[in-house]
Amino acid sequence: MTTEAPAPAHPAAHPLTEDEVLRIRADFPILQQEVNGVPLAYLDSGATAERPVQVLDAERRFLEQDNAAVHRGAHTLAAVSTEAYEDARATVARFIGATSPSEVVWTANATDALNTVAYGIRNATAGRGGPEADRFRLRAGDEVLVTEAEHHANLVPWQELAAATGATLRWVPVDDAGCWTAEDAVARITERTRIVAFAHVSNVTGMIAPVEQVVAAAHAVGALVVLDACQSAPHRPLDVAALDVDFAAFSGHKMLGPNGIGVLWGRHELLDALPPFRTGGSMITTVTMEHADYMPAPERFEAGTQPVSQAVALAEAVRYLEAIGMDRVRDHEERLARRMLDGLAALPGITVVGPPADEPRSGLAAFVVDGVHAHDVSQYLDAKGVAVRSGHHCAQPLHRRLGVPATSRASTYVYTTEEDVDRFVAGVGEIRGWFGAEVSA
Amino acid sequence: MNGLDGLYQQVILDHAKARHGDRVLPDADASHFERNPTCGDEITVQVRLEPGTERIAAVAWQGDGCSISMASASVLTDMAVGRTVPEFLALTEAFRTMMRSRGVGEPDEDVLEDLVAFQGVAKFVMRVKCGMLAWVAAEAATREAVTAR
Repeated sequence: MTTEAPAPAHPAAHPLTEDEVLRIRADFPILQQEVNGVPLAYLDSGATAERPVQVLDAERRFLEQDNAAVHRGAHTLAAVSTEAYEDARATVARFIGATSPSEVVWTANATDALNTVAYGIRNATAGRGGPEADRFRLRAGDEVLVTEAEHHANLVPWQELAAATGATLRWVPVDDAGCWTAEDAVARITERTRIVAFAHVSNVTGMIAPVEQVVAAAHAVGALVVLDACQSAPHRPLDVAALDVDFAAFSGHKMLGPNGIGVLWGRHELLDALPPFRTGGSMITTVTMEHADYMPAPERFEAGTQPVSQAVALAEAVRYLEAIGMDRVRDHEERLARRMLDGLAALPGITVVGPPADEPRSGLAAFVVDGVHAHDVSQYLDAKGVAVRSGHHCAQPLHRRLGVPATSRASTYVYTTEEDVDRFVAGVGEIRGWFGAEVSA
Repeated sequence: MNGLDGLYQQVILDHAKARHGDRVLPDADASHFERNPTCGDEITVQVRLEPGTERIAAVAWQGDGCSISMASASVLTDMAVGRTVPEFLALTEAFRTMMRSRGVGEPDEDVLEDLVAFQGVAKFVMRVKCGMLAWVAAEAATREAVTAR
């Protein structure tokens, strides 16, 4: 993508100062605690981020003062709630560069958002949605393209779609480091390709996808581009219009917001034509005993009672991030990632997966400790108060390709300090000795 | 004893390296694969019964996983061989009870022998499945071996 400069530094990189990070960190009550008798170093923000007091307060204030069902009822709280709910949508729309708030669909999370697209296309293929939905219909020989690095949330729904429609699922292979190239992706985009789905930033390797080249190739053949923005929306500037993708998905809980809310962004004309897969109340215009007509987006995808306080709190999280500046969030995390990689590179028996040191990567590092299983790595670090994730990170095909059943992953955020990173690196440095892996490995 | 030492008893660390039974059993009566989907740990346990009896003649396993799951498979191999099927299933049940105890209570060392080293694992809810993986597979393989007769 054009907005990404080569590593290590962006042209005007200005990471947060130590004082700024400490002030930010003070906003997070959960980070003020000790775990196992030592201060918590939370390095699992890639899985779920912690929430600042501003976000917690916003949700509580809404529930204490405003809470009511939205888009139904005429009483005062119903009106106030509806306004807050729609204001939150507008805030998120602005945050990601959407042309209009109606391009922002609330979902339960990114998984739900991706399923909304996949099942919508499935319903279109089954004949639902009328002539407008024809552009989504898959036919024999059509292909859906993903990458071998995808999170299961951006792989399994496409497997299901292919199986249900007779389309063929293809994928861009990754190399020994778990990365894929624009060249390999473009080579697999043909006249048969109808959908190209990939992560903007990998949750395992931290690789930043070559969005621009893939979008150009996909659009040249009329394919839709679905971007999994779970690891980009929280951590770097995201401008869906500039990226020129067709759909994007991300989760609230990874960006300082609540669980239970996520976002599907889509081009207006696509969302209005895509058949919904979750149907029921609030998404209809006219219902008879035989038939129902659906609202335009976003309501057509928002059947049933909505996560209103979560939307309000997510908007507060967005304002919190905007106040810092997403470019500075990115620069802060990239600097920490550099410190992490340098620290790990100095240790024997540690293999970091992902892009080479001189290429861009987000603020995370997944790694293997020679002779020690990832579970044991994270357990050891936990005893030192350092929280990292271990496992396949919902990317089994990627780990199978890397030849390891699991990796450990340390991931940073706005509240991560250099001290957190240094404690992590120091802990990793002790692991092989503690498990007696220095000789047997 | 801090949390780490309580979890990784020396018996566990030793067995994780020694990995008794980590091989293929060519003439197994039954074989069973188990996988822990949350972490990707996996194991295949093979069982052979003594001809004409319900006594376990041999156990072997192959797997990939953390030190807890691999050590547990190694201890299982040591303890299963020579027991009758009902004895082994009773031992599995006793181990399961301890692993579900959250680390509360005094395990019976006469029954559990080296398995008492895993009591510390029971305090770590995320690791209980690691400890049980080989046993669940062995339990199924043993039942299948009996049924296959």
